[in-house]
Formats: sequence, structure tokens, C-alpha cells
Amino acid sequence: MYAQMVKTDADRVRSLDEMSAHERAFQERVDRGEKIEPKEWMPEAYRKTLIRQIGQHAHSEIVGQLPEGNWITRAPTLERKAILLAKVQDEAGHGLYLYCAAETLGVSRDELLALLHSGKMKYSSIFNYPTLNWADIGAVGWLVDGAAIMNQVQLQKTSYGPYSRAMIRICKEESFHQRQGYDIMMKMAAGSPEQKRMAQDALNRFWYPSLMMFGPSDADSVHSAQSMAWKIKINTNDELRQKFVDQTVPQAKYLGLTIPDENLKWNEEKGGYDFSEPDWDEFFEVINGNGPCNKERLGARVKAWEDGRWFRDGLNAHAEKAAARRAAAKIAAE
Amino acid sequence: MSASANPQVSQEAMVEFLLRMGDSTLILGHRVSEWCGHSPVLEEDIALANTALDLIGQTQMWLGLAGEIEGKGRDADKLAFLRDAVDFRNALITERPNGDFGMTLMRQFLFDAYHFQLLGKLEGSSDARVAEIAAKAKKEVAYHLERSADLVIRLGDGTDESRKRMQAALDELWGYTGELFIPDAVDEAIAAAGIAPNPADLRAPWLAEMSAVLQDATLKIPASTYAHKGGKKGVHSEYLGHLLAQMQFLQRAYPGCTW
Ligand SMILES: [Fe+2]
Ligand SMILES: [Fe+2]
Ligand SMILES: [Fe+2]
Ligand SMILES: [Fe+2]
Ligand SMILES: [Fe+2]
Repeated sequence: MYAQMVKTDADRVRSLDEMSAHERAFQERVDRGEKIEPKEWMPEAYRKTLIRQIGQHAHSEIVGQLPEGNWITRAPTLERKAILLAKVQDEAGHGLYLYCAAETLGVSRDELLALLHSGKMKYSSIFNYPTLNWADIGAVGWLVDGAAIMNQVQLQKTSYGPYSRAMIRICKEESFHQRQGYDIMMKMAAGSPEQKRMAQDALNRFWYPSLMMFGPSDADSVHSAQSMAWKIKINTNDELRQKFVDQTVPQAKYLGLTIPDENLKWNEEKGGYDFSEPDWDEFFEVINGNGPCNKERLGARVKAWEDGRWFRDGLNAHAEKAAARRAAAKIAAE
Repeated sequence: MSASANPQVSQEAMVEFLLRMGDSTLILGHRVSEWCGHSPVLEEDIALANTALDLIGQTQMWLGLAGEIEGKGRDADKLAFLRDAVDFRNALITERPNGDFGMTLMRQFLFDAYHFQLLGKLEGSSDARVAEIAAKAKKEVAYHLERSADLVIRLGDGTDESRKRMQAALDELWGYTGELFIPDAVDEAIAAAGIAPNPADLRAPWLAEMSAVLQDATLKIPASTYAHKGGKKGVHSEYLGHLLAQMQFLQRAYPGCTW
């Protein structure tokens, strides 16, 4: 997902009896489905975990501008260009909502960005894959936004108020993202032989990285159990992955494209598809910086930040001057 | 077929005028969109994408009308993606490379201030279709100008470095502003028919706006009055060919496809 493998600091999930009175009252509120608001008491570990999760999600939104931005200048029609611009603008907006949500937990956007730039915080592994042909833009909307939606729809119910509200705003825009992606795929899959080839090639390259977005199986993960107890994670990674596969397979069929998995088969008993796991070694390589675009993606963000320093400094200096002038004018008037 | 309802001006002149409008918004919109994901702060990523989006939307309207009046079956996409540089009519300033963020902002401000004046007059065009597009575009451009002027002031009157960068940008781009106000025969004919103002008449109000903002920004208007020209005649800089090579790649490499 946009936040993969978020640590909680927990070594196990404690029962209500083992908690302090504060913790217990907190957990009972979460259990009742109440929203926790910024000024209210919360366990330190809950706050820290949320910062990691929301921060990683925010970083994913802004790094996520890059693979799609790679095709804005080459979009094939004016309408496609406009749609893609609107989509990427939305992603930047999502980043903004999420950094604001994180700020309510006492961490500034600049602090979070510094952690991203130094490599101490991650963004979703998916954005370390390249967009090589125009159908990749379709595949990103269809599969990547599609996978993100699976998670984000659930997170609208999350226990932390500002996070939940950010998710509600984000989800409103995400369905447009997935639709525009699928619409590109429909045009490509029904197009010339070259276009079909691009569409199949895009699916071949994005299928497994999309499955990786949900993270490795966490059925036995204490972090996931703790996060689920806190309702900052609603489903296990495997549940979401299964749901995604079940939703996507018929869509691929409708396009006339082949999912690159020989083991893909409907399983009547479980009422879902059996499918191959992605290559988790590759996933950990990507997470550790060895994906095809890690250097470019992070490098681009760091460069934007460094190159923009004079701009931000200039605006700050102006604000200070303006404030000083206002103060002087006020004194002169008195 | 000619959709041109204005008997006082030739179809060619009308198409030419509309290409000038649409090509400038297209090329500037393209340049701005190059920033996507690379700007100095998240708010600027959002604002620039929004500006580019507005300009591309305006392009669809101007080039759409140009193709309709031309009557040769070319729609806005065909005009955007299947003409070579020699047939582009954008002002040279719009194809200037982005440079640093200061250069991009200054280019935007110089163009926005002109664009806003122009659209204000076009709202009263004798051609209802032109007036309609202008009214829509003017609302967007009013916001572009408000934003670019504000940033030029804050960065000009910011740090020493930001002032230096903004002054350098102004010095470099100034020579590309003159062209915007120099009329040719097409402009004269279009102006005579009341379709658009004479570009020369836009210079004074533009300069007034310019001077006010640049003074607040503590920036100095360059003394040189030299004007690079050529955009209106299809004589462009080397940059435009590269921009088109990128922009038109898919349509050129895979002709006749639906996207
Ligand atoms: Fe939007
Ligand atoms: Fe998003
Ligand atoms: Fe996204
Ligand atoms: Fe999205
Ligand atoms: Fe807009």
C-alpha cells in the first residue's frame, strides 16, 4: 500500500487488563468506533505509528507525481494532457492533506521531508518502477490507484479523526483516477497492434509491483495486529491483495489482456482467485534502494528541494520584511 | 466551408489570429507542465499544474475554433500535434526554457500581464465566439496574474539572492516582450474588424502594470528596447523544435491512432 510495513514499537498486543487507565479508556473509545482528535490523550506509540504511516502515505503521493509526470509532456492528445495534469495535481493535493493531518500529531512537513530526503522514511515501492510507454499511464491509474483505493476506502473509517477526514477527501478523487487509467487501457487495448502491445507490456510490468503495494503477508505480524487494534489498519495485507486480484482479473479479461500469471485460477471454494505471489526478494531490494528508479525518484525530490531553497528563503525574508514594515508603520501612526 | 461570420476579415486572417492565441497558450502550458513534481514547494506543484491545465483548456478552445473556421477537417489535436515549428504562431517568450524557478515565474508574469490585457479587450470582440472564449479565459488568467505578480514582488523584495535571480530573469526575458506589441498586417486587419485590439495599444496598460509590480519588487526594467521577433511568422528559436519533438512524439510515431 502507500504505507507498507509500518512499525508500531509493539512486541505484542496487550489486553485491556494489562493497560493503564488512560490506555484502557483510549482503547475502549477506539473499540466503540469513536474518532480520536488531535488535542485528546493518545498513547505515544499510537501517535508515533500514525506519524510513520501518514508520513509514508504523504511521501508516496508526492513521489507518485514523478512516474506520471514523466508522460505529461508526451500525452498524445490535449484532452489526455489535461486529464493527466488534473490527476497529478490531485496527487499533490493529497500529499498536502496528509502532511496537514500529520502536523496535527506534532510533526512539521519540513521535518517529514527531511526524513524522506535522507532516506530514513520511505514511500511506496511502486513508484520506483519506470513508466516506459503511454499505456503505463493507463496501468498506473487502473492498477496503482486501484490498489490504493482498496486501502484508502477502508481507512476512511480509521480511528484518527484528521486522517479519516483526509481519506474521505482523497477517496472522492481517487475513483476519477482509476477511471481515467482504465479508459486509457480500453483505448490502447482496442487500438492498433502497437497500442495493444503497449497495453499488454504495461500490464506485464505493473502487475506484480501492484500486488507488492499491499506489502508482504502480515497475518502473523505483531505490528499489523497492533495497528488493527488501534484501527489505523482495517484489513490484513492478504485480504486486500485478494480483493484487488478478484476485482482486477475480470477487468483485464474485458480489456482482452492477459494477466502474467500461469497459476491464476478461479477457486470456487474460497470464492476468489488463486494467484502467484510476487517476488518478495525483489520487493525488499526495491525497498532497500535497488529498484529501477529509486535513485531517480529520490534524486528528483532532493534536487527540487535543494534548487528551491532560494525560493523558500526569499518568501520567508519577504514575510519578515513585510511584518517589520507593518510594525514600524503602526508605531509611526501612534 | 467557412464558419467565419465576420465579412470584414479574410478566413486566413481569422485562422492566423486564432492560431496565435492557441499556440501561445499551448506552448506556455507545455512549458509550465514540465515542472510537475519538481517545484520548490508542494503548493507550487499544485499551482503550476493548475496554470498549465487552464492554458491547455484555453488551447482546446482557441485551436478548436481555428480548425472549425479553417474548414479543412483539422481539430485542435491535429493542429497541436501535426504541425511543424514553421507553422506554429506562438510568441517567442512562451517557448523560452524554464530555467530556474525565477525564470519560469518571470516569464509567467510578463506573459500573464499581457494576456490579461488582451483578454480584457477580446471580451468585447465583434466576434461572439472570440468574446465567449475570452470571457472564460480571462477569469483564469486574472488568477494567474494575481499569483505571478505577487510572487515576483515577494521574491524581488526577498533575499539578495532571490532579487538577483529575479532581476537576471527579467533581463533575459525582456527582449522577448517587445514582439507581443508589434502589429503586422494580420493584426491590423483583425483590429480593423473589431475582433481584437491592435497589439500596439496594449503596450501602455501592460507597461503600467509592469512598472507598478516591478517597483514593488525592487526590480529594474532593462534599458534595452531591442525586441526579438519571429513567432508570428513561424520563425522560432531552436527550442521549439525540441519541445514539439517531445510533445508530438506519440502522434507522429503512431499516426492515426485513437488515444
Ligand atoms: Fe483536482
Ligand atoms: Fe492520491
Ligand atoms: Fe495516488
Ligand atoms: Fe490517485
Ligand atoms: Fe483553474
